[in-house]
Amino acid sequence: MTKLSRRRFIAAAAAAGSGLLAACRGGQEATPTPAPSGGTPGAAQRFDGVEVNVITFTGPQIAEPLQRRAPEFQKLTGAKINVITVPFADLYQKILTDITTGTNSYHVLVFSPQWMADFVEPGYLEDLTPRVEADPALQWDDIAPFFRNFSALYNGRIYTIPLDGDFQMVYYRTDLLEAEGLKPPQTWEDYLAIAQHFHGKDLNGDGVPDFGSGIAKRRGAQSYWMFWSIAASFLQSQGTQQGAFFDVDTMEPLTNNEAFARALEIYKETGKYGPPEELNWDVGDSRSAFVTGRCALTIDWGDIGTLAIDPEQSKVKDKVGAIILPGTKEVLDRSSGKLVACDQNTCPHAIDGVNHAPYAAYGGWSGAINKNAPAKVKDAGYAFLSYMSQPAQANVDVTIGKTGFNPYRISQFENIDLWVKAGMSEQAARNYLGAIKDSLNSPNMVLDLRIPGTQRYQGVVLDTVLSRYLAGELTTQQAMEELTKGWNEITDELGREKQKQAYRASLSIR
Amino acid sequence: MRGTRPVGTTPAAGDAVARPARRIPLSRERFVAWADAQAGAVLVLPAVLVILALSIFPLLFSLYLSLSRFQPVSGGFRFHFVGLLNYRKLLLGSEQEHFLGRLGDLGVTGWVVFALLAGVALFLLARSLVAGPLAPSRLVGHLLVAAAGLLALWLVVRTLAAGGRPGTLVVTWIYVFAGVALQFLVGLLLAVLCAQQLPGRRFFRVVFLLPMMITPVGVAYTFRMLTDTGKGPFAPIANWLGYANVSWVNDPWGARIAVMIGDLWQWTPFMFIVLLAALESQSPEPVEAAIVDGASRWQIFWHITLPQIAPVASTVILIRLIEAFKIFDMPNVLTGGGPGTATESLTLHAYVLWRSLDYGTSAAVAYSLLFVVTFVGIAYVRLLHRRTTTLG
Repeated sequence: MTKLSRRRFIAAAAAAGSGLLAACRGGQEATPTPAPSGGTPGAAQRFDGVEVNVITFTGPQIAEPLQRRAPEFQKLTGAKINVITVPFADLYQKILTDITTGTNSYHVLVFSPQWMADFVEPGYLEDLTPRVEADPALQWDDIAPFFRNFSALYNGRIYTIPLDGDFQMVYYRTDLLEAEGLKPPQTWEDYLAIAQHFHGKDLNGDGVPDFGSGIAKRRGAQSYWMFWSIAASFLQSQGTQQGAFFDVDTMEPLTNNEAFARALEIYKETGKYGPPEELNWDVGDSRSAFVTGRCALTIDWGDIGTLAIDPEQSKVKDKVGAIILPGTKEVLDRSSGKLVACDQNTCPHAIDGVNHAPYAAYGGWSGAINKNAPAKVKDAGYAFLSYMSQPAQANVDVTIGKTGFNPYRISQFENIDLWVKAGMSEQAARNYLGAIKDSLNSPNMVLDLRIPGTQRYQGVVLDTVLSRYLAGELTTQQAMEELTKGWNEITDELGREKQKQAYRASLSIR
Repeated sequence: MRGTRPVGTTPAAGDAVARPARRIPLSRERFVAWADAQAGAVLVLPAVLVILALSIFPLLFSLYLSLSRFQPVSGGFRFHFVGLLNYRKLLLGSEQEHFLGRLGDLGVTGWVVFALLAGVALFLLARSLVAGPLAPSRLVGHLLVAAAGLLALWLVVRTLAAGGRPGTLVVTWIYVFAGVALQFLVGLLLAVLCAQQLPGRRFFRVVFLLPMMITPVGVAYTFRMLTDTGKGPFAPIANWLGYANVSWVNDPWGARIAVMIGDLWQWTPFMFIVLLAALESQSPEPVEAAIVDGASRWQIFWHITLPQIAPVASTVILIRLIEAFKIFDMPNVLTGGGPGTATESLTLHAYVLWRSLDYGTSAAVAYSLLFVVTFVGIAYVRLLHRRTTTLG
C-alpha cells in the first residue's frame, strides 16, 4: 500500500497531470453549456456537460464501485465523472498539495474522514449540511447513528457523505471452534488462548502446519489500527465522548500507563502464534491467509465477511464467524494510570462484565467536496456522492467483496436477504450482521483520531514506534515513552490549546 | 598575443608618432578586447541561468524549508520560519533515536575495537599527511577528517554495541561502505575472470551486465519474493532445512543483509563493466616483462595490474559511494524500512516524514544527507583519489 516506486510516482504524476487537463477541459465545457435546471430534485436533476474529477486511492477497492457507477450516473444526469486514482500512501499529501497550491483540480475527494480536521480547519471543504437536509433520497436517517453523528461531522456540521462503514472486528473459524468446543473470544486473553490452541496445527487440510492468528503488522500499512483495536477497550470505557487517544481536558496522550503497556504486550504476544513473516504482512496478506484457511483468528474490517464468500479465492465459505472486538475486565483509571477492575462505575457499558470498545478504525471511506470547485461542479459532485450512498446502490455494493465497501446503513444489516442473495448462508449472514450490529450499537464505540496532524500522530510516530517495538528494538516502557514524547512534540508544535479544541470538536464535545 | 610589441621598432620614436593618430583605432581595439574578454561569460550565461534555476534555487529553497514549518491555511499555505528547530529535533529531540540511533554500552571489547579502528585510521591519516608537503591547508583538512572520522566511528561503535541501535544515519553508512566494498570486490573478481581467455566469456559479459538494466523496484520486488521463506521459490529448501518458520526479514541484521545482497546484485555490474574496460586497456608490455622475469600471477596482479587500474577503480568507487548514499527502492520495497527502523536509509527517513507533510524535518534530513555526502566525497578525493590518480 505504501510503496512509492519511481514507476508509481510517475504514474501518479501522470494521473495528476491528466486530472489537471481534465479540469481545464471540464471548465471550458461547463461554462458555455448552461445545464437546464429545474425538474424534480434528486435523481432527475440534469448536469449536462459538467465534468467532475473524483480522486481516491488506486484500489481496486473503493475505486471500482466509483468507476463502475460513473457511466450509470452520466446516463441519469449527464454529468461526466472522472475517477482519478493515486497510491494510498500519496493520497493525503496529493490532495492537500493540490488545494493548498490553489490548483484545485480535484472536485470530489473520496478519502478518510480522519483527515477532515486538516481540511476543515483551513476551510477547504464545503459544508454539506444544507444539501443533506434537502436531500430525502439520501435517507440520512438510515445511516447508522455512529457514522451520522460522529464520522460525518466536524464541529456539528456535516462535511462528508459516508460510502463505507469502517470498524474492526475479530474473525474466527466456526468449524474449528465448534470441533474443539470452544467459544468465540470475549476478551483478549481468550483471543490469545484460542490462537495458542490452534497454532502449529493443520487448519486447511493441506498437510502444512498453520497459524493461530494472522494480523497485518507491516510498517507503513495498517498495523497501527490493528493495535488500537486491542488498546481501545483498555483505554475507553465511558462512551464515545470519553475519547481513547488523549485526555480531553489536558490533551495529554493516554499512552504511558499500565493499560497501554498491557495492550502492547498482547499485541506482541499475538506474534507468537502468527506466521514468521507477519511483520511484513499488510491486510492483503492477512486476508488471503485467512480466507485460504491458514489462520484460525484475525482482526480486520468488514471485508473478510464478503471475501469469504468469494468462490474464486475462499476455502472457508460458511466457516467464518465474526464477533465484536474482544474486550477486557480491567480498564484504565485515568487519574492514577493504573488498571482497575470493571464495575458499574468504571465500565457502565460492559456486557457480562467485559468492557468492549469497537474501534471505528479509519472511519470509512467518505466523500467530501472541494469548496473552491465551480458551483455547478459542486452540485453535480454532491449528486454523485448522494447517488453512491443511496440505498438502491449502496445496499448492493456493500455485499460485494471487491468494492471494499462495508455496511454502514441500518437497512444493510437488518435486511438478511441482501446477503443471502450475495451468496452467504443465512446463518453466516446472521452471525456477520450480528457482529456489525453489536459494534455499531455500542455506545462505547471508539472514534478514530482526526485532529490536525493525524497523519503524523498515527502514520509516522505511532506506526514507527509499533514496528520498532515488535521488532524488539524497544522495550514496552521505552515504546510508551517514545510514543508519548513524539505525540507531545506534535501537539506542542501545532499548539496544545488548538489541538485540544480540535480533539473536542471531533468528539462533538461542546 | 595582445600586448606584445613588434620587435625592432624604437620604442620612443614609435610611441611619440603613433599616439595621436591611433586614438580611434585604439578605442576600437579596446572595445574588441573588452568584448573578447566578456564573450566567454556571455556564452556561458544561459547555462549558468539554467543551473541557477534548476539546481541552486531548489538547493537554497530546501535549505529554507529545513528551517521552517509547513502550515496549510485558509486559501493556501505558508512557511513559518522556526530557525534550527528541525535540526534540533533530529539531533536532540524526538527524532534523535530514529536518526542517530541509541547508544549502547561499550564493554572492554568495545573499547578495544574502537581503539584499534581509531588507531588504524589515525595511522593511515598521518601517513597520508607526511607523504606530501606540509601546507597549513592540508593540515587543517586532515585534522577535520580525523575529527569527523573519529566522531562517526564512535557513533557507529556505540550504536552497534550491546544495547544500542543504529539510526538511519549509521544504517546508511553501513549500506554505503560495506555495500560498495563488496560490490567492488565482486566486480573486480568477475572482471578479472572475464578478462581471461576463457570460453563463453562474451556471453557472461552480457549476462553480468543485465542486473544493471532492470529497474530497482523490480529488483526489490524480486528479492522480496526470494526472501519469503513461507511462499517464495526457496520455501521448499527452507522447509527441508527446517527453517520454514524463520523469516530472515524479521531479524534486523538478516533484513539489512537482504537489502545489501539486493543492492550487491544490482550494482556489481557497474563496477564490473568499468573495471573490465580498465583491465583490457592496460599496456601489455610490463606484464610480459614480468612474466619473463618469472613473477607469479599474484605478484603480477598486485604490483602491475592493480596500480594500472587504480585511477579508474578509484573513480568508479567515488561514483558508487555518492550514488549509494541515496539508496531508497531496495529498503522501501523489500522491507518497508522494517523490522522497526532497522533497514531505513536516510532517503527513506526523509520520505516517511515528507509523506505526512512534515516538509521541514524532511528537508533537514535531506540536508544532513547532503552534508555527509559532500564531506565524504571531498575527503575521499583529497585523501585517496588524488594519490591514486597521480601515482597512476
